Amino acid sequence: MNGWTALDRFLKTDPRDVGCGEAIELLHVYAELAATDASAARRYPGIAAHLAACGPCGEDFEGLLAAIRGPAL
Amino acid sequence: MAPADPTADGICPAPRLDPGSDQWVQVLSGAGPQREAALARLHDLLLRIARGELQRRGSRLRLTGPELDDLAYQAAADALLAIVAKLGQFRGESKFTTWAYKFVILEVSAKIGRHFWANPGVPMDVEDWERLPDRFGLDPARETERRELAGAVRRAVDEHLTPRQRQIFVAIVLNGVPMDALVGELGTTRNAIYKTMFDARRKLRDTLAAQGYLSDQTSRHA
Repeated sequence: MNGWTALDRFLKTDPRDVGCGEAIELLHVYAELAATDASAARRYPGIAAHLAACGPCGEDFEGLLAAIRGPAL
Repeated sequence: MAPADPTADGICPAPRLDPGSDQWVQVLSGAGPQREAALARLHDLLLRIARGELQRRGSRLRLTGPELDDLAYQAAADALLAIVAKLGQFRGESKFTTWAYKFVILEVSAKIGRHFWANPGVPMDVEDWERLPDRFGLDPARETERRELAGAVRRAVDEHLTPRQRQIFVAIVLNGVPMDALVGELGTTRNAIYKTMFDARRKLRDTLAAQGYLSDQTSRHA
């Protein structure tokens, strides 16, 4: 990937993107669904679009997923 | 940013709580020694999740052992307070523990963001546009292309972004300030910063596409 392609990828926005507020509001629902089956992105396309574009929310999602999948507490 | 589509990502009616979640809610809603014991147990769970999350993010953090553990304790304590305050908002859409873990993960992120300013590296208002090509992985040997990219983006930023969009673009893209670090510095929210960047990205892309640098499918340099 050259610099222009990387820039283009960074600048592209997804109109389905719901933003941080709604993504975080439903993050526990989305993460639990994602941990158990593959339908999370289909059921919540706006959240999936946001998590793919927003580094901090994506990081929080990965962290919550790791917590759910972690050793039984 | 498009408005949220309630039919696409909306919340379904709250289901009945699973037995484990129901027990958490009942005990935490009560009083006396049982509640105290549940609070202590929940704090232990949150502390364990906070430590695990800090370990997971470890190599990207500029924190060491004692600082990491302090941050884990702070995140667990603040998450516990938030959970107790918002217990009435738990609707049973997930397990109680999943809902609770979200609070501590968010606290960890917020505290890492605040910690950034202990050693920021670059002042937020410095503008070094020669760094821009590096942000997008452009080979240092391709000098002409680097100058063209930096120049085109800088002109688009100067001519088309609002002062607020420009401030946030420079901080995040040029200076590498994490979004969560900007939240406290600018006295705003992650959502507001993301929305500002979202609009700035769209505006810059439209501008660069109109000037022939980018197209809908591929860039002319791809």
